[in-house]
Amino acid sequence: MMRVVLPAHLRTLSGAGSEIEMEIDPPVTLQSALDALEARYPMLRGTIRDPHTRQRRPFLRFFACEEDISHQGLEEPLPDAVSSGAEPLLIIGAVAGG
Amino acid sequence: MSKVRLLVGTRKGAFLLTSDGKRKRWKVDGPFFSGWEIYHLKGSPADPNRLYASQSSGWFGQIIQRSQDGGQSWEPAGNQFAYDGVPGTHQWYDGTPHPWEFKRVWHLEPSLTDPETVYAGVEDAALFRSTDGAKSWQELSGLRGHGSGPHWQPGAGGMCLHSILLDPGDPQRIFIAISSAGAFRTTDGGQTWQPINRGLRSAHIPDPDAEVGHCVHHIAMHKTRPGTLFMQKHWDVMRSDDAGDSWQEISGELPSDFGFAIDVHAHEPETIYVVPIKSDSEHFPPDGKLRVYRKRGQEGWEALTKGLPQKNCYVNVLRDAMAVDSLDDCGIYFGTTGGQVYGSADAGDSWSPIVRDLPAVLSVEVQTLP
Repeated sequence: MMRVVLPAHLRTLSGAGSEIEMEIDPPVTLQSALDALEARYPMLRGTIRDPHTRQRRPFLRFFACEEDISHQGLEEPLPDAVSSGAEPLLIIGAVAGG
Repeated sequence: MSKVRLLVGTRKGAFLLTSDGKRKRWKVDGPFFSGWEIYHLKGSPADPNRLYASQSSGWFGQIIQRSQDGGQSWEPAGNQFAYDGVPGTHQWYDGTPHPWEFKRVWHLEPSLTDPETVYAGVEDAALFRSTDGAKSWQELSGLRGHGSGPHWQPGAGGMCLHSILLDPGDPQRIFIAISSAGAFRTTDGGQTWQPINRGLRSAHIPDPDAEVGHCVHHIAMHKTRPGTLFMQKHWDVMRSDDAGDSWQEISGELPSDFGFAIDVHAHEPETIYVVPIKSDSEHFPPDGKLRVYRKRGQEGWEALTKGLPQKNCYVNVLRDAMAVDSLDDCGIYFGTTGGQVYGSADAGDSWSPIVRDLPAVLSVEVQTLP
């Protein structure tokens, strides 16, 4: 059971709690995690990935196991600690703006 | 007794301001969608409880929100705005080709007759329509593809389609305006479009009276006279009496003919309002005096100042931030980048602030409710 933590604005938009638990068939990747997240919360489509390019929005990052994994391939397996739920996948909004 | 509801979009959320027909005491609800930019909200003329809102953010992109109970509750609707076909390019600021990229929805215009149908004016400039209550969107690509699209260029605020006027007498006729391409008209429900910019002169483009390239800031019409259009251009206030085929300047003796907002009195189709702003680059009222100017028919411009700050005022009033109600007397409202929303219950003769300290106001719409 993997765990995902959303930025505050997306928690409000989706109505999800502080942490989302999702069962995903292995191997768990960023692609499969984001697909599962958007399937459960359709209002998040387009908010994390650009709806046309499917690329990560530039002011968002993906952190896991104290590493910035934003630039790892979407199909690359996530660390075992994330896919098992020992550590959450953190979706982080840039601390910026006025 | 009638009731008035203002829909106010700001840099950091939406607010609903309600009053009875006297328009003396106001209730303020919000912020809704706090922290997000709300470029525009508008209610359906066919079902006043159906509201649409454009919610966007530099972090999370575009959301469209919909309410079916007059704004008490909201639900996210569709946010997939895909250009039709291969989008191609327009001109970038430096004149080089630049791919069309969706950025945000500037304006939502619900159908006059069907609550499920709503139009969206977007940046990069294009017109979309939904017929299922904003769940899905289709581009009316005849506008972008009519021929001049590759020559359009963004204004300083982006290449936005910001004005949508639906003709109450002819559902096939729609007027739109784009910064900085100009005004356009369709007479077949959005399939084909033609530029309607003859008579506009813009000294800041190479050919001052070119067919396209004019920085139109806003256009307005009175519902009983859809052939008469009023325009606040980057410079110049303009009027057309032939549905945009030709334009004449009516700036007259305004202290500045630059501005963004323009609107028409609800019961006097010949009476219009603008808020002169100093430019280029200052974008605040001349002499620090916030003045609405009213023009009745052939008469000259009249400064409306009672109740508005007449010194040390350096706010702006943006293009979608003025609206009129349809009560007697006509109420008129506008919001400022300083977070004030001013209202007049006597057609502009006197004003008072409804709220003073909102985030910067991007848009103001009004619903007159039974």
